[in-house]
Amino acid sequence: MALNTVDETAEGLSLRQSHPRYGEKVIRIILFAAAFVSIVTTFGILISLLIPSIEFFLEVPITDFLFGTTWTPLFNDGEFGVLPLLSGTIVITVIAIAVAIPLGLGASIYLSEYASSRVRKVLKPTLEVLAGIPTVVFGFFALEFLTQLVLIKIFPGIEVFNALSAGLIMGIMIIPTIASLSEDAMAAVPSGLRDGAYALGSTKRQTAMKVVIPAALSGIVAAFVLGISRAIGETMIVTIAAGLQPQLSFNPLIGMQTMTSYIAAAGSGDLATGSIEYKSIFAVGMLLFILTFVMNIFSIRLVRRFRQAYQ
Amino acid sequence: MNNNGDITMQLDHALSPRGATIPLEVNDPVFTLDDVSVFYGDYEAIRNVTLPIGKNEITAFIGPSGCGKSTLLRSFNRMNDLIIGSHLKGVVAYHGTDIYGPDVDPIEVRRKVGMVFQKPNVFPKSIYENVAYGPKVNGAKGNLDDVVEECLTRAALWNEVKDDLKKSAYALSGGQQQRLVIARCIAVKPEVILMDEPCASLDPIATAKIEDLMVELANDYTIVIVTHNMQQAARVSDRTAFFTAELDDNEVRHGRLVEFGRTRELFSSPGDSRTEDYISGRFG
Repeated sequence: MALNTVDETAEGLSLRQSHPRYGEKVIRIILFAAAFVSIVTTFGILISLLIPSIEFFLEVPITDFLFGTTWTPLFNDGEFGVLPLLSGTIVITVIAIAVAIPLGLGASIYLSEYASSRVRKVLKPTLEVLAGIPTVVFGFFALEFLTQLVLIKIFPGIEVFNALSAGLIMGIMIIPTIASLSEDAMAAVPSGLRDGAYALGSTKRQTAMKVVIPAALSGIVAAFVLGISRAIGETMIVTIAAGLQPQLSFNPLIGMQTMTSYIAAAGSGDLATGSIEYKSIFAVGMLLFILTFVMNIFSIRLVRRFRQAYQ
Repeated sequence: MNNNGDITMQLDHALSPRGATIPLEVNDPVFTLDDVSVFYGDYEAIRNVTLPIGKNEITAFIGPSGCGKSTLLRSFNRMNDLIIGSHLKGVVAYHGTDIYGPDVDPIEVRRKVGMVFQKPNVFPKSIYENVAYGPKVNGAKGNLDDVVEECLTRAALWNEVKDDLKKSAYALSGGQQQRLVIARCIAVKPEVILMDEPCASLDPIATAKIEDLMVELANDYTIVIVTHNMQQAARVSDRTAFFTAELDDNEVRHGRLVEFGRTRELFSSPGDSRTEDYISGRFG
């Protein structure tokens, strides 16, 4: 015999929702809208880049753009080979990373593993102040101080506008990003792992290098990638300190133009809307977008692979 | 005020049941603690412990939470050094050498005195690399395959992992991870293994395996284990030290050693009513 589980005639005990919960729905919609804005903006940027870019490539063959070695869009018979801008971006980014990764990682290891909590409390905010300095200030510092007072004494042939000073200062600008995020990643490593390492007779250095850093690697790689992205996208320092001369070269002592500084310089000029020069801004912007996009995808994969290996 | 404090200290000392705290003589002690107190800043976590640790014996530390037994355990390999503000009074002698002496390198101490923790803290590396870590940081060169196999075998884990040595240690179960930690510990060739509640996060079957392993390892190693599990202490240990937390005459809470003796005797006829209350489950 089945148990009489449901009494259809039961009265008095109501488990129905007693009043509508409008608040829940409103909050849900507001929060969704907040998330949606960034997606819409991304697509908006993509479309606004895409249309003028396509128009640009109808006039300039894409192979000329990607493999051309001369960038003279403002000449009457201008050439649109993007390699000089690309080489400028690469040279300056590489210099910046060569400064920022060792110093940033070193600072984060010091803060996380060596510094006393009192030193850390002072040092970390101080370092983060560096991230708050406007890039235009960094740009003038590179041009007026680093180039003219320091670099010119070491490299007498250096040009006033040069890739080296822009790259070095950009590296210093990125240090706090890398140091702070790497330090967060290392601080998140469970203290049990450190105890385990010390209990096996590890020194401080061995504990940091062989246990803490490998355990924090996904966060550290993410910090590097963010730093590199900032270097590629940085505009003001290069516009001020590296000059506006597109040159296909890997010599850091001469002036160079990057993709970003071309966009800034051309965009602030008086180019006629719809002209080929005007559209070239969007083509360069598109390339920049694709480069950083590919790098982000690559880094997400990298981080995921480390996570799989370590969890 | 100062005088008062001194007088109370002396009284406290004189009134403490010396008969219960005078340690049993052990043959060939590896460690001898003489009047050891450990402080975190001003807080005295454990006070005036005098205790020997016998060679190739399992010594269990039992007692309610906050009685300082883990703190005391961490003073055997100077792990408390890593906690800022901690310091120790008294003498922790390892084969007659004070390990808190001026010429002692804590890293060397930890190579002789290994430690297994409550939560299995395997490194984010492969099973093989976990075991090889200790020998590597201690300067071992060349092929460590034999060491890894030997240590995993000794930790009763080899048969379960021999085909997966390259896999991440995180892929193992909690009990396997704890045995891996033991294998990693013995790879450094310590003389003493400290275990801080090694089975606290394990199920009964994994616990039983670790307990069997401990008894087996005691043939070659000296083991000191902190446990909340009195049955565990009764099952595996040769000697037991019972600690408790109490208030002194100034109402300051601190840990004390109440009783130390052969496990069988301590559990069957405890010499102190507090021990009896604890092991019969009346408090703690």
